[in-house]
Amino acid sequence: MIRLENLTKHFGPAHNPFVAVDNVNLDLPTGEICVLLGPSGCGKTTTMKMINRLIQPTSGKVFIDGKDTGTVDAIELRRSIGYVIQQIGLFPNKTIEENICVVPDLLGWDRRKSRMRAKELLELVGLQPDLFLKRYPKELSGGQQQRVGVLRALAADPPVMLMDEPFGAIDPINREVIQEEFLKMQKTIRKTIIFVSHDLDEAVKMADRIAIFRGGKLEQYATPDDLLARPANSFIEDFLGSDRALKRLRLIPVRNAMQTDFITVQNSDSVESALERMRSSGSAAAFVLDAEGVPQSLLSAQVAGARSGAVADHAEPVKGAVPVSGDLRHAVSLMFAHDMPLLPCVDEGGRLAGVMSYRSIVHNLGHGETA
Amino acid sequence: MEIVRFIIDNLDIIGARAIEHISIVFLAVGIAVATAVPIGIAITQSKSTADTVLYLASMMITVPSIALFGLMIPLLSPIGHGIGYVPAVVAVVLYSQLPIIRNTYTAITNVDPALREAAKGMGMSTWQRLRQVEIPLAIPVIMAGVRTAVVMNIGVTAIAAYIGAGGLGTFISRGISQSDPRQLVTGALAVSLLAIAADLFLALVQRLLTSRGIQGDVTQ
Ligand SMILES: Nc1ncnc2c1ncn2[C@@H]1O[C@H](COP(=O)(O)OP(=O)(O)O)[C@@H](O)[C@H]1O
Ligand SMILES: [Mg+2]
Repeated sequence: MIRLENLTKHFGPAHNPFVAVDNVNLDLPTGEICVLLGPSGCGKTTTMKMINRLIQPTSGKVFIDGKDTGTVDAIELRRSIGYVIQQIGLFPNKTIEENICVVPDLLGWDRRKSRMRAKELLELVGLQPDLFLKRYPKELSGGQQQRVGVLRALAADPPVMLMDEPFGAIDPINREVIQEEFLKMQKTIRKTIIFVSHDLDEAVKMADRIAIFRGGKLEQYATPDDLLARPANSFIEDFLGSDRALKRLRLIPVRNAMQTDFITVQNSDSVESALERMRSSGSAAAFVLDAEGVPQSLLSAQVAGARSGAVADHAEPVKGAVPVSGDLRHAVSLMFAHDMPLLPCVDEGGRLAGVMSYRSIVHNLGHGETA
Repeated sequence: MEIVRFIIDNLDIIGARAIEHISIVFLAVGIAVATAVPIGIAITQSKSTADTVLYLASMMITVPSIALFGLMIPLLSPIGHGIGYVPAVVAVVLYSQLPIIRNTYTAITNVDPALREAAKGMGMSTWQRLRQVEIPLAIPVIMAGVRTAVVMNIGVTAIAAYIGAGGLGTFISRGISQSDPRQLVTGALAVSLLAIAADLFLALVQRLLTSRGIQGDVTQ
């Protein structure tokens, strides 16, 4: 666990200091990612650097797992904390292997053990060890360097990581890929991470908690969903933007928002009987499934109310389906793309598991606002 | 033709003189590297100290060598080395300071601050940072300074023949005093060839000392 207690940093002369970080208090539970977010110059980097004491706090304390870091030797402290910087900072004179092994070597690990570790780590992000271990940083693409920068911080398996805009130096497409990759990795490594960003989308994606800074002050500290649903003041509201409700879409899993009260019908059933069953069960659509349970076509209550005859004649083909493991953003995107106000939600086998409607989405987004 | 004949007849003496010459330059530049590189690193800590040190080293290099040799006669005579090998070495050590200090200083201050930051943030001590990051990255530029010093001082050492230091300059000084163009040309030719050979040799050393990861990135 990381705890910042009244953390403050002044720069410049004591009689007229510039307050870069102003009395910040924050608790981050073990295994979570906290994103420090805010406009440039608001004190994010300074706050982060006080944690590994690259910057000495003017006052206040930093505790890691209950231990006051001010009482630990600074060099030892830094070796126990993974550090990733925006400029990546791989040492160009060292091979990838040597770069990854910097901290293990500083800690005096057995050589075989550290080289083994470098190999494992490269494999973890899909870089073939025999291809990359002996290469130099300049022989890698930006994205590959970025990955190695993260691996280097992970090499000695530190419980805590500091990442200062770690994916900032990379093009948007690769950034998305690396973010996903890192989140997947984090599911197993469960590091306690302080992550600096000035990009709201990145923060919403990466964070378990977001700390919004402004002029050195911590303005709000909340989960991404909480923050988007209930910004504490108008500055934060402006910062989040007028489309903040849309940003929440990504945070809500399809599984939690879909309705499961759909009904299934046969192609040969009459529209009238299908409508009758929809009305009595209160569901908005009836699906025709194949033998495996995969939705083939759907009949909405609206269409059924205006037609008669067999289901087969009026049901519309299913042009898209969202996996239940997806998020609402994905669902909405499919609804727009296929012009389907009712979207089937399917499990890994493609079998129907629920249905998503505009109404259920609005209902889910509305939740936070009113609470 | 006469000159070629002279060279062939005197190959053994030319060889001996060349070895004297090389021993003066390489001993002196060796000593200079041992002093100037640490000085160049040390002065990165303070801009004003750096300016002063670089100014003094520049002053040094403006003193004509013949004057420097003259100055050293009274200074080194009390220890019995007013002329000869010792003042020659001392002069070369002094002249080598500027190119090596300046290049070391420039190379270390030009190391990307992000690398310094990464090294520090990962828990390297100042010494570890120098040894693992800053010096390896500075090597090509430091070596360029060493090469400048060597080439320049092969010329300075030729003049040291006038204070009895030996070396290839002996042919030149005798050629002048005896109005013997054969010795004069032989001496001049040998000094030039030695300078070229030494530079090529040091270029090779530079390559061997430079990490493959930064090879070709940095030129002087
Ligand atoms: N070493 C320093 N000396 C003086 N001012 C500094 C120093 N480091 C940072 N600052 C100032 O402190 C403020 C916060 O900086 P920083 O933490 O780097 O911001 P952020 O990372 O949020 O962009 C900025 O206004 C910056 O100019
Ligand atoms: Mg910053």
